[in-house]
Amino acid sequence: MTTGAVTPHRSPLTPERDSFWYLVHAEWTKFRTVRGWVIAAGVTILAITALAFPFCAISAGCAVNNGASGTASAGACPPAPPAGPGGEPVQDAFYFLHQPLTGNGTITVQLTSLTGQVAIGPGSNGQSQMGSGLQPWSKAGIIIKENMSQGSAYAAMMVTGSHGVRMQWDYVNDRPGLGKRAGEAGGVSASAPRWLRLVRDGDTITGYDSADGTHWAPVDTVTLPGLTDPKQAGTVQAGLFTAAPSNGNAATTTGVFQHIGLSWPATGWTATNVGGTGPNGVGQPGTFSQSGGVLTVTGGSGDIAPLTGGAGVISVQRALLGTFFGLIPLIVAAAMFITGEYRRGLIRVSLTAAPRRSRLLAAKAVVIAAVGFVAGVVAAALALAVGTPLLRKTGIPVWPVSLLTEARMVAGTGALLALAGVLALAIAIIVRRSAPAITTAIVVIFVPYLLTVGVGPQGGGHGSGGGGDWALKVTPVAAMAVQQALPKFYQVAAAYVVVGGYYPLAPWAGLAVECAWAAAALALAFFLLRRRDA
Amino acid sequence: MLTAAIVAASGCRVVCLRAYARGQTAAPCRWVRGQMRRDRGPRHLVAMDATIKIDGLHKRFGETQALDGMTFTVRPGQVTGFIGPNGAGKSTTMRVILGLDAPDAGTATIGGYPYRSLRNPLCHVGSLLDAGALQPGRSGRNHLLWLAHSQGLKAGRVDEVIALTGLQAAARRKAGGYSLGMRQRLGIAAALLGDPPVLIFDEPYNGMDPEGIVWMKDLLRSLAAQDRAVLVSSHLMGELEGTAGHLVVIGRGRVIADTSVADLIAAASGNRITLRTMAPADAMTALASAGAEVTANGSGVLTVSNLSSERVVAILTSHAISFSEVSAHRATLEQAYMELTSQSVEYRGEATS
Repeated sequence: MTTGAVTPHRSPLTPERDSFWYLVHAEWTKFRTVRGWVIAAGVTILAITALAFPFCAISAGCAVNNGASGTASAGACPPAPPAGPGGEPVQDAFYFLHQPLTGNGTITVQLTSLTGQVAIGPGSNGQSQMGSGLQPWSKAGIIIKENMSQGSAYAAMMVTGSHGVRMQWDYVNDRPGLGKRAGEAGGVSASAPRWLRLVRDGDTITGYDSADGTHWAPVDTVTLPGLTDPKQAGTVQAGLFTAAPSNGNAATTTGVFQHIGLSWPATGWTATNVGGTGPNGVGQPGTFSQSGGVLTVTGGSGDIAPLTGGAGVISVQRALLGTFFGLIPLIVAAAMFITGEYRRGLIRVSLTAAPRRSRLLAAKAVVIAAVGFVAGVVAAALALAVGTPLLRKTGIPVWPVSLLTEARMVAGTGALLALAGVLALAIAIIVRRSAPAITTAIVVIFVPYLLTVGVGPQGGGHGSGGGGDWALKVTPVAAMAVQQALPKFYQVAAAYVVVGGYYPLAPWAGLAVECAWAAAALALAFFLLRRRDA
Repeated sequence: MLTAAIVAASGCRVVCLRAYARGQTAAPCRWVRGQMRRDRGPRHLVAMDATIKIDGLHKRFGETQALDGMTFTVRPGQVTGFIGPNGAGKSTTMRVILGLDAPDAGTATIGGYPYRSLRNPLCHVGSLLDAGALQPGRSGRNHLLWLAHSQGLKAGRVDEVIALTGLQAAARRKAGGYSLGMRQRLGIAAALLGDPPVLIFDEPYNGMDPEGIVWMKDLLRSLAAQDRAVLVSSHLMGELEGTAGHLVVIGRGRVIADTSVADLIAAASGNRITLRTMAPADAMTALASAGAEVTANGSGVLTVSNLSSERVVAILTSHAISFSEVSAHRATLEQAYMELTSQSVEYRGEATS
């Protein structure tokens, strides 16, 4: 038969060009037209939002005395800790030798000794047995403080147990002195004293650091609006202080001051244990003695610092604890999105429609990532909206988060779910069958987390992340760090562990780890998809 | 008005309007598209030759040599039957054509291009390999919809192919509840979605009722009549009777025969004529002298080869030999196929085209 003369059929339908977005559109159509998958995405949102209720409606184990409910029969809650100028719960308990300073002024001291006592074991009469020693952040120095109430604004220059000279202000801020003496234990001695100076000018305070009292290096200049509050009538409190941060154990810090120079007419020192000796106050009252020009000041346990997650502060991240359960339906849907095609041979239809396999894989990943991201963002926003008010009702202080931090938590949850979906999709392409794919994805994502949370705190004890810390550094769950609401403070030695609301990696670094997993799995999936016969 | 509707439906609005603006044409869009397309290079549909060329395919699955030098060509304008016993390599060949399986050696091209290099491939090649390849929870219409979206086609085209395949009533039901016949129709609809010049169907009659088989045969004929290349595999020659114009018969991964249907039947029939006469000896002499091969079957029945029945009648008449019957010995396609496959050793490598 002669066929050479036949003109092939011409279609009037051919689109103008091909486009990756056609494939994304097709994959989205695939996803949305299977009811089970849409329901799974909905369950993800529902689970995260609904679980915010039980995770946030926790009991503090005491009755909050808010005045309205009358006399509480259960044990009353301890008084709420003071809030710093930024609204954050703080510890403001230290021994303060002070005198009023009206208007501008300068205070200068030479510190010749920093020593202390720490509890080294149980003693008699319920008292701890004490021995010589300093905490790394034991501190003595000079301070200018808005007023004597806890939580008021301040700036201080100090010598610390093992972090050298620091300038700290308003609880959350810390800056090393410029003397580069950090690391010199004790930092000072009679032969190597340190000179400290604070200069107040209106609502700004500048801290200076010097080794010889002659050559001064400015550490920082900070603005504290509270200092010019009309209620103060321009008067603030300035003087010497010591504090012994000890995580609730007995401790003291003793500083020896001389060459005390005040630029204003001295009115004599008043000694105050800021915060008293109550629940939010110092462990034991301080003492001081004066001999000639030398002042020896000893303060009890306490600190001027933000509270941390391990020490009574609650994180709004609790509202997002349902994320883990929300991941399960998403992972199942993401895996079935491709294993369903393998099971029924539909993958061949997909590949005849999209013969360039990398594009098909990319389109699927884009759709799953978009579904995960939207589900995560919606769920996280809802969970925070319902969870935060519940947390505030518990009476446990809630660490305030900025709008930016909340936005990071919400967007980060979206990214976390998106990447988990892509990871599950890639695993599903690699193993091609539903049950092994889902199992593998869940094992890779969940088991390290459960090991960390279950083993870490007990195994590692306080002060360290525990033996399970590695999971939060190198496995996909490292991405949970993106939900961290509590900042870590270098100047506060605390147990920064996951149960306290802290992750070993920075938020975006944690997300990057999950991203690396998803990318690696996707690369392997792509390699196999290209190589295999469909 | 009609032109505008076609333009809008087919998504080539920009091209048409551009051409119209340049004053080139107000002619039907199809023509304009042809002009525009031809400038665009061979990967686009209309400049592409709708010919499937299979050249020396080898493919081994473990111990099994699935394809063993498979070579043939599928040309437009006719239905090419692709026939062979189960396991002969029909589906594997089709998967290789569609870029799903990679051959160990050899090439399969469509219009000179491997399938994987085609842009919007469903607009070049429509295929149905496995009617069961469906997500059971998704409706038939939505199955077609995602396929349409993957090629940049609009939902309107989906409804067209649904009407074309008679699936209107079932289109919005879950495909998991479809009968095998309905799945075949849905698969055909998917293959026709891009209105492609090349169509590949693997066992399309499977599970179809008699009415469906008639419909399918008509459809295949009409697709070929539109100058499309249509490759249809089957393991039953009867299914191809009356539709296939060309046959590629395969066995054990290679081509046994590559021939037109008319030639195959003629070869199986051997242009033989059955002659019944009272004077077989005279008849044999007369016909043999005219160049025929004549064999006597006894009791006055002769089988004559190499002469048409008209010539036989004329020769017998001129020699005044009486006869009671002259009939063409005609094999059916099924018989021809059986003969072919039973003698496959002799026919192997004797492919003609």
